[in-house]
Amino acid sequence: MGNHNPKPRAKGTVSRRDFIAGAAKSAGGVCAAGFALSLYAESAGSQPVQALRPPGAIAEEDFQSACVRCGLCVRACPYDTLKLAEFGDDVALGTPFFVARDVPCFMCPDVPCARACPTGALDAEIPSIKEATMGTAVLSDHENCLNYRGMHCSVCHRVCPIRDEAITLEKHVINGKPRLIPTVHSDHCTGCGRCEEQCVLAEAAIRVYPVDIARGSIGVNRAGRRI
Amino acid sequence: MKLIDLAGEPRRGAIRSKGWLKAHKYWLLRRTSQISLLLLFAIGPWLGLWFVQGNFASSRVLDSVPLSDPFILLQSAMAGHVMATAALIGALVVVLFYAFVGGRVYCSWVCPVNIVTDTAHWLREQLGITRDRKLNRNARLTILAAALGASMVTGTIAWELVNPVSVLQRGIIFGIGFGWALIAAIFLLDLCITRRGWCGHLCPVGAFYGLLGAKSVIRISARGRQGCENCGACLRACPEPHVIAPALKGNVPLVLSRDCTTCGGCIDACPSDVFSLATRFQIANHEGGCNGETKMHRQVSGDTALIQPK
Repeated sequence: MGNHNPKPRAKGTVSRRDFIAGAAKSAGGVCAAGFALSLYAESAGSQPVQALRPPGAIAEEDFQSACVRCGLCVRACPYDTLKLAEFGDDVALGTPFFVARDVPCFMCPDVPCARACPTGALDAEIPSIKEATMGTAVLSDHENCLNYRGMHCSVCHRVCPIRDEAITLEKHVINGKPRLIPTVHSDHCTGCGRCEEQCVLAEAAIRVYPVDIARGSIGVNRAGRRI
Repeated sequence: MKLIDLAGEPRRGAIRSKGWLKAHKYWLLRRTSQISLLLLFAIGPWLGLWFVQGNFASSRVLDSVPLSDPFILLQSAMAGHVMATAALIGALVVVLFYAFVGGRVYCSWVCPVNIVTDTAHWLREQLGITRDRKLNRNARLTILAAALGASMVTGTIAWELVNPVSVLQRGIIFGIGFGWALIAAIFLLDLCITRRGWCGHLCPVGAFYGLLGAKSVIRISARGRQGCENCGACLRACPEPHVIAPALKGNVPLVLSRDCTTCGGCIDACPSDVFSLATRFQIANHEGGCNGETKMHRQVSGDTALIQPK
């Protein structure tokens, strides 16, 4: 700092040069730190396939701005279903999720977890647990599903809390033989995960995925007509 | 006999003149407050005593009163989410409380990371580590602005993706996973690299609460400053030592800087009872009590020019 301002300044005042340099430094720092944090936030924003949000959760991108990670939903759950993501989990740090194969949602009629949410990340006004869309069950492995192999397992059908609505057994003829195939109806399936939890195979043949991963959608052609 | 000094070397003189207990009074109260607040949240899951549910981000006391962290809510608002009423009421309660008692009371009396960084600083003194990578104390304001900007750009509560304050609090209450590594990193930063690095220079949560309590009523007063023997114990005990000189040598014997955490370290460490808790409006009558002093105090900021001590 060789080139001192020749005029002595009153204490508490700064030269224009120092002010501009200081402001530029701060602005640069804010931009650099903000950019780094933004990149990290973007990368942490995707939801892994096996992590399901609690019932009543708003869309994932809104959820990231609404959930304060307080764990009131975790405490309200009577079944130890929900966990808050810890460092090292794939889910955004501190947000609630559950893994269906470990502990599914038991679909309490009064939805205590959603009612407990103070921020609106979970819809506290959700009229019924049947309105929940935690995910959608998918019979993901036809080849190993015992019903496909001609046995009458049907565990997923029997444990489904909305049996015969969310999962039905449909008669199919496969390789010339009649089979009863568990069939998911996505308009009724809440994604509670009971079917995945109870599947008798070592790795479940029926799995619950977040809705946007589980479901296809009808596209439009170049003329804008649905195809 | 060697004096046992849990809170740090600068209290030696105070221990001699006031006794061990009085020289650790605020330190003991602070640790009691920090630990019992954590226990209050933890005895729910441990013992089934649900006085409080949730964590420091948002909680419900006795199943009715909501409390919420205003910094997290501010980030959420920047990210474009309109909070439900419970969280807003909870944040208002917290804002009013800290605006009155001093925002950084949160840092020294509530935040458990403070226990980690104080321990790092204590160990630093014990080991005689003097290496100090100088950081700008205003870096925390930069990080605060960056966190709010990142929240706005990404539509997430950005700082909560890395916040070690939340990681530790949530970790103790809900389980910490790999988060211990983050806490260890802060401990090592404060121990080996920078003196009081995290709480005193970088943490945007502390910066936010500092701004929140900038005009708080409860302040540290140096009303006994005529008894000051210039031993420097308060400056060595203080985590933000720049706040003390204006109170000790300036026009107004009050610590008015928003950086003060009201930890009471100076009260504990002073061998001659210079410091005490006071309100912003109690201007040392002990010093001749001139009537114009209240008016004068409004005119000067926390960083007033130093004048010669009496």
